[in-house]
Order: sequence, then C-alpha cells, then structure tokens
Amino acid sequence: MGTERGGFSVLLLIVLCCCFGGKCELQDSKPSAQTEVPTGVELFPNELDEAQAFPDEEKAHLPVFTMDYARIQVPFEFTLWVLLASFAKIGFHIYHKITIWIPESCLLISVGLVVGAIMHAVKEEPPAVLNSDVFFLFMLPLIVLDNGYFMPTRPFFENIGTVLWYAVVGTLWNSIGIGMSLFAICQFEVFGVQDINLQENLLFASIISTVDPVAALNVFEDIGVNEQTYIVIFGEGLFNDAVTVVLYNMFTYLAALPVVEPTDVFVGTARFFLVALGGVLFGLLFGFVAAFTTRFTHNVRQIEPLFVFMYSYLAYLVAECFAISSVMALLTCAITMKYYVEENVSQRSCTTIRHVVKMLATISETLIFFFLGVVTITTEHEWNWAYILFTLLFAFLWRGIGILVLTQIINPFRTISLNFKDQFGLAYGGLRGAICFALVFTLPDNINRKNLFVTASVAVIIFTVFIQGISIRPIVEYMNIRKTNKDVNNINVEVHTRMMEHVLSGIEDLCGQWSHYYWKDKFKKFNDHVLRRILIRDNRAESSIVALYKKLELQVAIGLLDGPMGDLSAAPSIVSLHDERKEATRPKKKFLAADVRKMQDILSKNMYKIRQKTMNYTNKYNLPDDSRTREILIRRHASIRHSLRAESFRELPSQNIPKSQRYYSLQPGRDLETAFALRRRSHGGSGDVEHLSNLTPRSSSRSHVPMRRLNTIKETGNTATSSQPHSPPPGVDALDRGPGSLEGSSPQGRKVLVPAPKRRLLDQVDSGEEDPADSEPVQPPHLPPPGGWAPENQDPRANETLLRDPSQWSRASGRP
Amino acid sequence: MGSRASTLLRDEEIEEIKKETGFSHSQITRLYSRFTSLDKGENGTLSREDFQRIPELAINPLGDRIINAFFPEGEDQVNFRGFMRTLAHFRPIEDNEKSKNAAVSEPLNSRTNKLMFAFRLYDLDRDDKISRDELLQVLRMMVGVNISDDQLGSIADRTIQEADTNGDNSISFNEFIKVLEKVDVEQKMSIRFLH
Repeated sequence: MGTERGGFSVLLLIVLCCCFGGKCELQDSKPSAQTEVPTGVELFPNELDEAQAFPDEEKAHLPVFTMDYARIQVPFEFTLWVLLASFAKIGFHIYHKITIWIPESCLLISVGLVVGAIMHAVKEEPPAVLNSDVFFLFMLPLIVLDNGYFMPTRPFFENIGTVLWYAVVGTLWNSIGIGMSLFAICQFEVFGVQDINLQENLLFASIISTVDPVAALNVFEDIGVNEQTYIVIFGEGLFNDAVTVVLYNMFTYLAALPVVEPTDVFVGTARFFLVALGGVLFGLLFGFVAAFTTRFTHNVRQIEPLFVFMYSYLAYLVAECFAISSVMALLTCAITMKYYVEENVSQRSCTTIRHVVKMLATISETLIFFFLGVVTITTEHEWNWAYILFTLLFAFLWRGIGILVLTQIINPFRTISLNFKDQFGLAYGGLRGAICFALVFTLPDNINRKNLFVTASVAVIIFTVFIQGISIRPIVEYMNIRKTNKDVNNINVEVHTRMMEHVLSGIEDLCGQWSHYYWKDKFKKFNDHVLRRILIRDNRAESSIVALYKKLELQVAIGLLDGPMGDLSAAPSIVSLHDERKEATRPKKKFLAADVRKMQDILSKNMYKIRQKTMNYTNKYNLPDDSRTREILIRRHASIRHSLRAESFRELPSQNIPKSQRYYSLQPGRDLETAFALRRRSHGGSGDVEHLSNLTPRSSSRSHVPMRRLNTIKETGNTATSSQPHSPPPGVDALDRGPGSLEGSSPQGRKVLVPAPKRRLLDQVDSGEEDPADSEPVQPPHLPPPGGWAPENQDPRANETLLRDPSQWSRASGRP
Repeated sequence: MGSRASTLLRDEEIEEIKKETGFSHSQITRLYSRFTSLDKGENGTLSREDFQRIPELAINPLGDRIINAFFPEGEDQVNFRGFMRTLAHFRPIEDNEKSKNAAVSEPLNSRTNKLMFAFRLYDLDRDDKISRDELLQVLRMMVGVNISDDQLGSIADRTIQEADTNGDNSISFNEFIKVLEKVDVEQKMSIRFLH
C-alpha cells in the first residue's frame, strides 16, 4: 500500500512536470518562431518551418535532434489531462473507505483545485478547450449515452409517470421559482446586480436547477430505499438533463431578445413539447434502424460495437441540427437500441459496448469536474456576496418545496407512495453536477454578467457536492438508525425476518404486482409478432447440442473464475454429512454477548439484501454488479448438474429424498462442496465433450435431457455428435422422475431467465412443444416426432441468449 | 385479456374463492389474469416450470422453496384454487377480521397461518421441527460466499439455542411462534394487493 501510494505520487509529479514543461517550451518557442518566420518568408519562400527556421548564412545540415512540440500540442495536452484525471481516480480507490464517505465528484474537484493552484502559482493558463461546441458535441453525448444505455428499463417504464413528473415539472418549477426570486433580489439596488434582466435570471436559474443525484444514490443503496424511489431519483437525474438543455437553449435565445412578449411565452411552451416529442421520435427511429442493421452484422463481428456508437451519435447530431432535444433523442435511441442489439450481437461485442460506453462517459465527466477545479482557481471571478448567497438559498429552498409539493400531488397516483425519507433523499440528494458547470461555462459572451454566473455556479456546485455530498450519509444513517431498534440478543429475529422479506418479495414478483398488464401485454404482442421478427436475426442453430452446452458451461465457468466467486473452488470445507451425525454429541457452546453481536454483524453484512433494497445498476462509475445473481444462479446450476449425475444418487447413503425435496437447489444433506467438486471435474480442460460421451448411458441420457429442455435440440438433423443413446435407460423408475422434471424445470428456467423479463412471456408464446416434453420426462429420447422439434423462432434466441451473461439479463431487469 | 379471463372464471367459483380466501372480486379477477398469463400450456394449471419462468423468482435466494410452497405434497400441478389458497396467506389482516376470533375457522391469513407458511419453508421433511441442518440450508441460501461454514454453523447453533426451550436441538412450531412474538409478522408477510 505504501509503495503503491509512493509510486503513484511520483508518477503524478512526473506527469505534472511534463505538462508544464511542455507549456513552457511552447511559450519559449513561440516568440522565436514569430520573429523568424517573416525573414524566412522573404528570403526563402519555400521554407516554412516554424520553430526551426534555417539561418541563411550557414550551410543547411541535417539536425540530429529536433523537437516540434507545437505540432502535437493539442492532442498531447488532452491526453495528459485525461491521464492525470485517471491517475486521480486510481488514487482514490487505493483506499476504499474514502469513496464511501466522499463522493467521487468531490475528489475529482479537489484534485482539480490542487492542479489549478499549482498552475496559478506558476502563472499558467488552463488549456482553453472547454467551449460550447466541444461540450455539446463531444462531452455531453457521452454522458447521456451512458445514462441511457444502462437505464434499467422495466422499473423505469413502470415509474415513467412519476419520473417525468419530477423531471419536467420539477425542473420547470425550480427554474422559474429560482429565476423569479433572483430577479426580485436584483431589484434591490443595494446588491448591485440590477442590470441582470429577467431572461438572464431565468437562464441562470435553469442551469442551476440541474441535479445529478448519483452520489446520493450510493448512500441510499446501503441504507435501503424502496426500488421505486430509487428509480425515481435515477430517472429524474437523467431526464432533467434533457429538460435543462432545452430550457437553456430556449432561454439563451430569449436572453438575446431585447423584449419578451407574452406570445413568446406560449410559443416557448409549445416549442418545449415539440422539441421533447421530436427528440423521442428521432431516437426511436435511429434505434430501430440500428437494431435492424445489427441483424446483418454476424459476419463483421469486430465492428459491431461501432454501430451502437455511430447510430447514437447520429441521432444526437441530427437532432441538434434541427434544434430538437438531442438529449432525448440520444436517450430514446439508446434505450430502444439496447434491447434488440444485445440479442443480435455477439457476446464479446456486448461486453465491449458496455465497457466502452462506461469508459467514455467516465472520461467525459471526469474531465469536466477536473476542469471545474482548475477553473475555479484560475479564472477571474466576480464575487457578489448577495447574489451568490441568495442563489444558494433559493436553490435549496425551491428544491425542497418543489419536492414536497410535487410528491403530495403525485402520491395518490402511485402504488407505493414516497414517504418522508424518500422525499428527503430526493431533495437533499440534489447535488449539482458536471452539466451545470459546463452549461454555465459555455454561455455566450454577450451575457454581460457571465463571470458572476460562473462564480455563482461554481460556488453552488462546490457547496452542494462537498457539503451536501459528504453530509448526506451521516444524516441518512442517523435517520435510519433512529427507526430500527436492534434487539441485541435475538439472532432469530434477524434471520427469520430476512427470510420473510425474501419470501414476500418473491411472492410479489410472482403476482406481478406492479405492472400494468394491459399495455404491457399489448406491447409484448406487438413486439413479438412484428418488431422481433424484423429486427432480430433469425439464426438457425448451427452448432451441435454438445457444443452449445459446452458454451454454457464455459460461460458459467468464466463467470465463476472471473468474480470473487473464483475463490469458491477453494471454499473452506463445508459441513459434510458426517458431521451432521456427530451433532448430537456436540457439546452445547456458550455464546457470549460479544459473539452474538459479531454474528449479527456478520449476518447483516452478508445476507443477501432483498430485491427492493439493492440497486447495483445505479453506481455511475462502475459497471453493474451482478455477483449476487451469479452466485445464486451458479448454485442452482451446479446443483442441477450435480443431481443429474447417476453417481450422485448412488453416492448418497440410503437417503430417500422425498420427491418434493428434489426441487430444491440445495438439497438436504447435499452440500456445496460436492456440487462444485463435480463441476470442477467436468471443467478439466476441454473435457466436456469427452466427459459427456464417457458417461454411462443412464447418466448421459439424463444429462442430455436438460439440453432438450434448452430447446437447442430442435435441430435433430445436424447433430453430428449424437452419441446420445436413444434407448431409455433400463432402470428408470419413479425415482428418476424427480430429476427428470428437475432438469426439465431448472435449466429451462435458466434458459428463459436470461432474456430480459419483457421478453419472458414471449419465449413461450409460440411454443406448445414444451408441454408434450413436460409430460414425458422419463423417456426423453422417445419424445414426439421431429415435427414437434422443428426449429422455430425461439431457437436463435435460446442459442444466443444462452451465451448471454446472466448479468445482462439481471441488469436489464434491474436485479443485483 | 381481461374479458377473456372473466368469462373463463365462473361467478360461482369466484364466490367460493372469495369465501375461502377473503379476496375481493376484483382482486380475484386480477390474479386470475396473472394466473393465465403464467399458464403457458393453457390447461388451467401451473407447473413448476411456469413458476420458474419468472426471472425475479429465479434469483430470489429462496425461489425454489417459494415455488414449492404452492404445490401440495407430491403434486406437480396447481390449479387456480390452490394458487389462490397459497396467496391468501399474504393478504393483509384487516381490522374487522381481528375481532372475529374463533367465529370461523381461522382465516388463511391469520398470524398463525402466516407463521406456519414461513415455518414450512424451513421444514422440508414436514416433521414439524426445524433441525439444525434445515436451518443451515436456508441460511446458506440466504448468505453470500464470504461467510465460512464454521461461522454459519455457529450462527445456526446460536439460533437454535435461542429458540429451543425443550432441549431437542431443533425448533418446533410453538418455539418458532414464541421467538417471533415481537415481530410484526402481519406486516412482514402481507402484500397490498391492488384493488
């Protein structure tokens, strides 16, 4: 740790020196170049070297060492900046605790401040790269693409009313409220800001009301906020970017006008809606085109990710061209596109897309914050106590009141109302972010008090990010702790209540409580019959059953090794069957209160939180974390495979597992270790194919059964490796009926788990074949004639979706 | 979808279900439409596969057990009555029901029945006792990989110790009820079914 930090700081210093060294070099060479060139031009019109003008008296000789900094200056400095910001990020994560208490934006701004201070000390100017065009054409789309691509669609659409309500009406409320109040303040002569007219105030207010609640979300994740609230906060942050940009453009235009008439207000409102809807339409159009294109890209897998980016960017630019809301266009495009594209493209492209999107967005945002820090020190500020303090006050006030009022209005329409804790989170978590700064920095220069605005925004941002950002966690924890009373001596309560919570959330999911069936079903039917047929590539299964199953195993194996689960194979010895027998003789342990507390601690940290309390997709700086889903699915899968082996049933001492219990993913007396031991065996190198064919007839047929269930078996024709015996194993009796249905159910369950929940019902719309198969689990090879197994629309999805990381689905559904 | 559902469910049936479970007419209709949308085979019953198709249930740590709770012992299909009967456990206890104590046979959503539902999730072999092994099973399912088995074993031991009053090293149903007496089970095991 120490050497890491040491090395890191040395690196940082070196980078900084290069940065400044380069600049100084440039400054030195500039004047010389300028004086040289004129004479050079007169005498030697052909030679236009700038820094190295040849003196005309000497004989020209080949220079051994030249340096042409000016040529590379811009890209070089850009790279250095990005690198510097990235080092800063590495630095934060070296010590984990920091990021818990301090939001990342804080840290980035701090580093920016430090660099700015250094630059100020050596009288440097920050590179003047952040202008309007660069921001709007390059940085904003990246941030928005990230937001749109990782948006969890199902919870979002279930709450879309509330989200839009807060985003649109809330932002309008804030902007107009703050604008009006500030204008009222401006009327007082004593503050000295009379020259700011109403339009400019409104413009400034609209910039200030953009919130970026991501930092707050991380806090809420730990203390447990309702899923619905989560998505409202997340969605609001997303959409008010769109609203703000629209308002910004509108008000900039208005600010340029000398006089504002009432008709302009109406026109403005009409324009607002036109712009928003137009953006959505554009986005949908480009999204569908992108999806359609990816249908044909199976031969050019390497450039598949490109389509995602190019189409989104196109959507953005075209919308900009027509002055429609480009942010909305991009968001809609990303959401639409993701659903279909992720089915068409290969697994690797999928991963690439996600990583690159995250990467670009992080760069963009990091740079903006960093720049903020630097600019804070190096720009000339105009400080006006009154204006700035009132801005802070009004920003806070109007947001708070706004949230309260809006919630009161919308709560009756919601299935889960937002309680006080949620509202507090919404209001207090409204930190201002990168977009706010960028918008104000790129104001046109004809706004006469631009410097004041910049100063005020910087002040608001720094205040909210630092003070609110750091304090939100303690406050929320305090609020939360007050409500729960921990009964020190009762572990039972903890375990059983958590169990009940899981059950409850399971039953809720089962009942499909929160979906509005009618529209959802209509959309599903439309999607299935029309959209999917057009947009998704119809891929006949070409690979054999075994290869496919192997891929699935590989998939899960990679997942196993990749994450923290990689250690599972080295798991400590699990209580085996034998220990159970010794139980009666085990002396009763005495548990001290300290032990109990420790246990409670362990439990609360390690028990899976129920669905409603964890939101892993909202951490902006990381990819969604799906380790929990993987653990659960792997456990199930492992024990399914485990139960397929003939040996497993013979191994068990005469334990007659009642039929009902065979369906459990972890069966009584079975333990994880044997489950994984068997898996480990099967993953010995490329042993899958051999392994499968070496199995005894009984077990091989059984292990093939899940593949049937996986619907990959539909291509009965081209199974080259149909070494599967087709006669039912002789000793199949009622005992085997259990695993038959088990394999039938679980792997199938696994298969259809993988597509996003929206598609879930689609999987089975066209398949009646499942049922004849269901009714005859005992004799798999004698299943209905090939006609029933004809390849059908489901296959490609089955094949492709098998290859999908379960995380993708879980992310799509918003599950951790 | 809505109209199709109500024509398939006869009014007498709705009445019977209403009496047995206490759901309202509209709730029953709504849940019936959910039932039919889950029922891919359209044969009026749900199998385990139908349940396992629900993605959220699959990554619920206790998913398998919840599903199994719907199926009566030894059966593989559940019809709508059975479905509703199980869901009835999760109906909130209304105030006016609390008063009629022993008037009718205990409603399905009484506190005791809710606790019985939870108890059965642990007690797989239906011997009316949660053994250490059964408890460990559920604990293991609910917990991530970072807890070693010694720790988990200790936790299970402690849990049994706390609850066990008659010294048989397992938790009986009465002990279970006793240990959860302070917990607001009515609220924890209730879903607000939309009207």
